[in-house]
Order: sequence, then C-alpha cells, then structure tokens
Amino acid sequence: MTLGEVYALAGIGLCGLGLFGWLANSNLLRRIIAFNITGTGTFLLLVGLAPPPPAGGAADPVPQALVLTGIVVAVAATALALALARRWYQVSGRVGLPEDEAE
Amino acid sequence: MSVGGPVPMIDPTPLMVALPLIWAVSSLILSRPWRDRLLWLWLAAMIGAVAWLWRTVAAAGALEHQVGGWDAPLGILLRADGPAVAFIVVSALVATGTAVFASRYLRDEPGDRHFWPLFGFLWGGLNAIWLAGDLFNLYVGLELVSLSAVGLTALAGSAEALAAALRYLLAALMGSLAWLLGVALLYAGHGTLDAALLASTLQPGATAAIALALMTAGLALKTALFPLHGWLPPAHGGALTPVSALLSALVVMASFYVLARVWLQLGPALGAGAPLAGAMQLLGWLGAGALCWGSWQALRQRRLKLVVAWSTVAQIGYFFLLFPLVVGQSADAAELGWQGSLLMVLGHALAKAAMFLAAGNLALAIGSDDVDALAGVSHFLPRSLFSFGLAGVSLMGLPPSAGFTGKWLLMQSALASGQWWWLVVLVLGSVLSVAYIFRIFQKSFIEGPERDWFVHPPLRQDLAALVLALASIALGLGAMPLLALAGLDAAR
Repeated sequence: MTLGEVYALAGIGLCGLGLFGWLANSNLLRRIIAFNITGTGTFLLLVGLAPPPPAGGAADPVPQALVLTGIVVAVAATALALALARRWYQVSGRVGLPEDEAE
Repeated sequence: MSVGGPVPMIDPTPLMVALPLIWAVSSLILSRPWRDRLLWLWLAAMIGAVAWLWRTVAAAGALEHQVGGWDAPLGILLRADGPAVAFIVVSALVATGTAVFASRYLRDEPGDRHFWPLFGFLWGGLNAIWLAGDLFNLYVGLELVSLSAVGLTALAGSAEALAAALRYLLAALMGSLAWLLGVALLYAGHGTLDAALLASTLQPGATAAIALALMTAGLALKTALFPLHGWLPPAHGGALTPVSALLSALVVMASFYVLARVWLQLGPALGAGAPLAGAMQLLGWLGAGALCWGSWQALRQRRLKLVVAWSTVAQIGYFFLLFPLVVGQSADAAELGWQGSLLMVLGHALAKAAMFLAAGNLALAIGSDDVDALAGVSHFLPRSLFSFGLAGVSLMGLPPSAGFTGKWLLMQSALASGQWWWLVVLVLGSVLSVAYIFRIFQKSFIEGPERDWFVHPPLRQDLAALVLALASIALGLGAMPLLALAGLDAAR
C-alpha cells in the first residue's frame, strides 16, 4: 500500500466520521465542526489519490489547486455558519435547531 | 464583431459572470441615490449582454472562452452552448423582474442594504454554473450560489428566518462536499475534470458508479428532492418576497441543471444496463414521491407563502422525470423528454417567481400571510390575483402555458419509450396542483364581511409579477426558438 492510499483511506474514514457527527448531533457548533472534518477528509482523499510525480518531474498541480480552492470555500462557509449560529443563539437562546432539540 | 467571421474577437461570455460581480461590489460601496441610478444602468447592460450572447450563439453555435487565456485544467473554461444560453436568458428574465420588484419593495425593509450585493453574487454564480465547462468550477459556482442564497434567506432577520438559513446552509454544505468527493474520485480515476473529455474517457466500473452516486446524492439534497426536501419550505416560505422568488425559481434550478448535464454527458458512458436503468427509475420515482407529498402539503398549509414553497417541492418532482425518460432511451423518446423537461424547468422558474411576487403583493395588501384572510380579495386586487392565476395556469399545466407544452411533450416521451406509468404520475400531479391552486382562488372569492380595507401594492410590484407570469405563458406559445437552440444534442 502506497502512502497516497493510506491518505485516501484516512480521508474516507474522516468523511464517514464527519457525516456521522453531522447527522447525530443537534448542537450547531458540533455540526459545523463535523462539516469541517468531512471537508478535511475530502481534501485528503483528493491529494491522496493524485498520481505520484514521475521520477525527477513535478507533481500534478491540479489536485493541489483544487484543495486550496476547496479550503477557501470551506473557511468562508464556516465563517457564515458561525455568524448565523451566533445570531441564532442571541435571538433564541438555543444552541440547536428547534426540530433537532425536540427529539 | 464582423458578420460571418470565424470567432468574434470580443465575446460576451465572460460578461455574464463579470457584470454581476461588478454590481455586487459596487452596490456594497454605494449608498441610496447613486445605487438606485446604477441599478438601472447595470440591469440595462445585463439585458444587452444576454441578448448579445443569445444572438451570437443562435447564429454561430456554441462559444468557448478561456478566462485570462489560461488553458484547462488550471484555467477556467466557460462554454456557452444552447442549453446554457436558454438558462441564462430565463434567469435574466427572472432576475430582472425580481430586481424591479425589489427596488420598490425593499424601501420599507431592513434588508435593503445587504440584498443587492448578495443578489449580484447570486446572479454571477448562477451564470457561472450555466457556463461551467468542468466539474470543479461547477463546485465553485454551486458554493457561490449556496452561500449567497443562505445570506439572502437570513435577511428577514427573524428567529424563524435564521433557523431556516442555518438548516439550509448545513444541508447545502453537505451536498457540496458529496459532490466534491465524487469529483475527487473521478479525477483520481481519469485525470481530467473537463466534462466533455470525461464523457469520452469514462471507464465503467465501481469507482465511476460510486462517484456518480455521491454526486447525485449531494445534488439531490441541494435540489431538495423528496425525501431530502425538509430544508426548503421554511427557507423559501420565510424569506423576504423577492428572495423567495429568486430561491424557488433559480437556485433550485441550478443544482438540477448540474445533475441533468452530468447524467446526460456521463450516463451513456457508464454503459446501458440494468443498474443504470434502475437508478434512473429510482430518481423518477423519488420525483413522483415529491409530486404527491409536496402537493398534499401545499393543500394543507395555512400560510400563503408556504403553499407556494411546498408547490416548489412538488414541481421539483416533475424535473426528475427527465432521468427515466431521457437517459438510456431511444433517440425519439429522449429528444421529446428533454424538450419537455426543459420547458417544465424554465416554465417553472418564470411561473414560480411570478407566483411568489404576486403572493407577496397579496400579503402586503391584506396585511397578513394567512390563506383564510384572502376572503373577498378578488373585489379589490384583480391585478395581483390575475398574476397569481396566470402563474397557476402554468404550474397546473393548462394550455397554452409552458407547463402544458412541457407536460404534453413528457407524455409523448413516456408513450414513445413505453413507460406508461409516468403518464399516470403526470396526470395525478396535475390534478393535485389544480387542487391546491384552486383552494387559494376559492378563498379569495368568498365574500368577507369583516374586512373593508386593502392597501394597494405599488404598481411596479404588480407589473413585475404580471410580466413574469405572462412570460411563463408566452414560453408555452413560443417554445420553438428556444427548443431549436437547446436541443438534446447540444446538451450532451
């Protein structure tokens, strides 16, 4: 098993962990963190599955570019989610969405 | 631009994304009197650029533009083919109508300042999706649209709006990641992100199947396909009126458009067989479920905007009939199914925007969003009710609207491919939509003794709703130029 495959498997594991956290938690902060874990897993998979650089050559730049863009998008989305969750807490005094907390 | 020249030197494609982004930034900086003046100038420029693109593509065929001269895969490829132009034209109509409505409506609302930048980002993101030539730029476009749509949902500022925005954001983010995961798998297997190139090199197998399943699940969540629709009604029903119109008409269409193009391009490469046909049937049946459940919920809602929002859940069901009717079917059936779906989707965008704007006008006029409070409104607000009714005609699929022509073509396609059960679904869906739309009319024609005052909505708002409703009817009458431009061959 190559190092890339180890990364890819770890990425899949992180994705599963994140998805579980996203579904199982009602606390908004936990769900936002779960989203970030899933995102990290996806990026790890992207880089891990990239073909290894040929001897003496440069690595394929596309996966790196994709992951960088993906990280920027994830940071922006996390910022928006945190801002909304904070405002929701101020307005309602709750840390989860109504229908999740009722369960 | 020289007539008959090979490729025009200046091409309008990048303007579709650049102009909205310029507006988004400048509307953030400018304040009231100057922003209003610039709005009209900008809308005129957008309409001009869209008309230019349409004429160019209709005359000379699809355009390709490499932003900044950078080659794919690191550069950004914009591909303006027939279907892309059809979606650009319809989203320009809806966005312009909504902007005219909002320019008056938002004067009295707290969200005024932040609506316009988000509106610009949303329109730019939508155009980026219609034009995207590769899978990763689709991801960026989808995220741009989702983030601005969530911001717009939260503009109303109430606790309900915030909860709806959060629920929407969490669903949209997971949907995007599922898409990205699928893209990662496809890239690992094939070393390209170009949709057209992938279509020719895709190797059928477990990796491709898992990748497409992930991408489909993510986009189904973002499109609010039954049973993943839970986030949609509160978000669309609780937002400001112009926001509801944009979300229901355009944003839902965006993720569906991506899904449809992915399957049209990559589906055949997976190899025809039982698994593909089964997956397509499943998508169709989920659509049928959406149609029944959405219509039933629309019939039960007490608030007018929630009726319209649930009607979106139901109409999304029609969109998904595309998959069993087009992918893997004979050429004739597929062409009919594609044309029918195109009319259903584009007609829904125009009709639903008109319906939300008209519902907003009605609610403004009677000071309440309650369906029961509509009693007697037919005496006082014939114009608003007329727009609502015209939009309803298209959603119910009565002739001569786009909804009628679209359903007619879908039925022809179902007959041509021997799948009679979709005929039953189409008829059942029409009957249910008649039920929930006529319920609104029935209420508005009841004599209401207790209410004797109405506020007349501003003329500009009534006209915006009316023009969009008329456009959804006109699309049914004048569908040919659009269908000729955006044939199935162009979509593949």
